[in-house]
Amino acid sequence: MLIDERPGSYRLAGAAVEATQLTSAAIDATIEGRWHLCAIDRGTLKRLMKRSDAPGLRNFGLWLALLIASGTAGALAWGSWWALPAFFVYGTLYCSSDARWHDCAHGTPFRSRWLNEGFYHLASFMALREAYLWRWSHSRHHTHTMIPGRDPEIQVPRPANLPRIALDFLHLIDGPSELRKIALHALGIVTADARDLVPMRDRGKMIWSSRAYLAVIGAVAAWSWAIGSLLPMMYVLLPRFYGAWHHQLCSLTQHAGLAENVRDHRLNTRTVEMSAVHRFLYLNMNYHLEHHMFPMVPFHALAKLHEAIKDQLPRSCTGFIDAYREIIPVLIRQARDPGYFLCRELPPGSAGA
Amino acid sequence: MTAAADPGKNALSQSLHWIAVCAAEDIEVEDVRRFDHAGATYALYRTPTGYYASAGYCTHEQAHLADGLVLGEIIECPRHQGRFHIPSGKAGSAPVCLDLKTYPVRLDRGMVYIGLDAG
Repeated sequence: MLIDERPGSYRLAGAAVEATQLTSAAIDATIEGRWHLCAIDRGTLKRLMKRSDAPGLRNFGLWLALLIASGTAGALAWGSWWALPAFFVYGTLYCSSDARWHDCAHGTPFRSRWLNEGFYHLASFMALREAYLWRWSHSRHHTHTMIPGRDPEIQVPRPANLPRIALDFLHLIDGPSELRKIALHALGIVTADARDLVPMRDRGKMIWSSRAYLAVIGAVAAWSWAIGSLLPMMYVLLPRFYGAWHHQLCSLTQHAGLAENVRDHRLNTRTVEMSAVHRFLYLNMNYHLEHHMFPMVPFHALAKLHEAIKDQLPRSCTGFIDAYREIIPVLIRQARDPGYFLCRELPPGSAGA
Repeated sequence: MTAAADPGKNALSQSLHWIAVCAAEDIEVEDVRRFDHAGATYALYRTPTGYYASAGYCTHEQAHLADGLVLGEIIECPRHQGRFHIPSGKAGSAPVCLDLKTYPVRLDRGMVYIGLDAG
């Protein structure tokens, strides 16, 4: 555990007057050479990067089938207590979309572009992450991972806001925030962060995409109102909230409590071993360090990538309990001591950032 | 272009310096390799339709395209998966916006040459 220098601000550079000094063109110009990369044979990496439709179709196909099955069970059980477990499963599966838009944004689950793009837009809508804004946001996240003022996706800005983290297990903070952005963009009002992230050529698409999201949500809400039942909303929009727990449980492990302002994913990103069910829902993003270092590797090859470079990485957490045993105390401390963070121990002989 | 049989065929060709990059078989189909020359970096591709060359850095954030993935006639940047059409250098999907500069390539006696401006 270390105390570091406090960052200037988490607001994005284009929108902030007090943005951190780490926003200069010089950093952008040298960013490529400054991120640590583990050594891996080009031939091995090329094999791991190989694209195929089959693994993606199996995973996404099963996901859609389970969504339909649990959704049907929920409809049949509506009005009885059996609807609760059915919609618990449906909501959890629905929020697996938060892992799926992400992978499709990288273009890696499928070799066929139309499959990546089709699922990208579907999953982006389900996850309430407007597709054009979040594609650019996530690109920035990979360039400036955990660099305050540049990374728009730092999940736990310091000082850690513990109630906010807890409320996001039901998406009660980020959900309304995303809905607000979608509503503003649908009205043609481009938010400051979006101006910083999205180039002019994509702003019109972002606005029309936001309008489409609102149109679908509005239509389902109108249907619910017309029939005097919440049931239609249980399939669209609401599951993003009542089913959010699993993705929050997984995604909080990615960077929480780790270092900021270091250009070494081994120090600011965490890999956690998870069971097959969790990995299915989370699309193997438990290998998050490996994903950040080599984002070209598709979800189905991340375990092999982990095996290939694990000798050069800090130890992985052995599961959720192990991960949260290190995350929770750090976050509690960060709530009152924003300079505090967990310093990962690098393997002997491995250069630091 | 894939291969100009005669380097002195036209005026354009004569105004170029042809620099040997590698043996043709040193690069697999659907692969890319980096080539540094005179302080600049280039990417040499072998696609199912032939050999091509471009500037070595992605126009988005300066990642080496030689670390990327060749899919048919597309090169995908290793950092953010922005895409370029290899023969034309045209920028495809986000986050790339600016086209890639391309360079002529020719094959001669089993070697791949890249044509760089004489100036």
